[in-house]
Amino acid sequence: MRIGVVTFPGSLDDVDARRAVTFAGGEPVALWHADHDLREVDAVVLPGGFSYGDYLRCGAISRFSPVMTEVVAAARQGLPVLGICNGFQILCESHLLPGALIRNDHRRFVCRDQRLRIENNRTPWTSDYAENAEVSIVLKNGEGGYVADERTLDALEGEGRVVARYLGGNPNGSLRDIAGISNERGNVVGLMPHPEHAIEDLCGPGTDGLGFFTSVLRSLVDA
Amino acid sequence: MARVVVDVMLKPEILDPQGKAVQGALPRLGFAGISDVRQGKRFELEVDGELTDERLAEVHEIAEKLLSNPVIEDFSVYVEEFADDEDDEQ
Repeated sequence: MRIGVVTFPGSLDDVDARRAVTFAGGEPVALWHADHDLREVDAVVLPGGFSYGDYLRCGAISRFSPVMTEVVAAARQGLPVLGICNGFQILCESHLLPGALIRNDHRRFVCRDQRLRIENNRTPWTSDYAENAEVSIVLKNGEGGYVADERTLDALEGEGRVVARYLGGNPNGSLRDIAGISNERGNVVGLMPHPEHAIEDLCGPGTDGLGFFTSVLRSLVDA
Repeated sequence: MARVVVDVMLKPEILDPQGKAVQGALPRLGFAGISDVRQGKRFELEVDGELTDERLAEVHEIAEKLLSNPVIEDFSVYVEEFADDEDDEQ
């Protein structure tokens, strides 16, 4: 299974994301922001970082890069897409996911091991987790506060589209402690914490993040 | 040539941590009586040629599509100056 990882100018975690794909048993495919095709990948990861320097708004300029035109079209056809941190911001700016991410309410960058509850394990990115599994995954962001209007938040909750929620204190002011959401179909998931940094014991808080990558590989095989 | 200004502000209900930080600095500098500060962005677009209704509509589209995120921000567009025309169309 070929998992594409997009590199934008200013991406930081593309290499770790590709490595996580390898660890999970998949074939990582490097995609470039100026590419006009997705090289026949089976899923796409938009990694963390500061694409285009976070100029204008986080993810605002990346949204209009050539590769994102392809990603948006393919996502609407059902291609599994995971946006991590800056990737989550890009998905919101692309309107593949509702809401937006704003500066942390406490105005400081946060970097820590974060407890999460995986509330929706029916997406292709979370199917390897038990329902309501509690995991620890690295969180690092300056603009990770998830906001949306009440109607959107109610809809997300009602439709089970809150994929992950913060436990043990809200780290960034996200409304309703939301750490990750999905689109209606479930194939597009945005997540503020970084599962690609939690795939091996040697250099992370554990291996709780690996499930995102094994999930998508398994769901592609099962599809 | 004309200059069109686009002001982008966070919607009133969206928290503005930067504005709060600025407001918090004011008493330390000895400025009292400022009850709130909101921080926004100002874009100055130099539009080539005559500023027709169509061109202005295009600037609105730019503001809506790229310069602002309608989920969290409002924008306003206004013409700052005309070099060669007295047309005051907004």
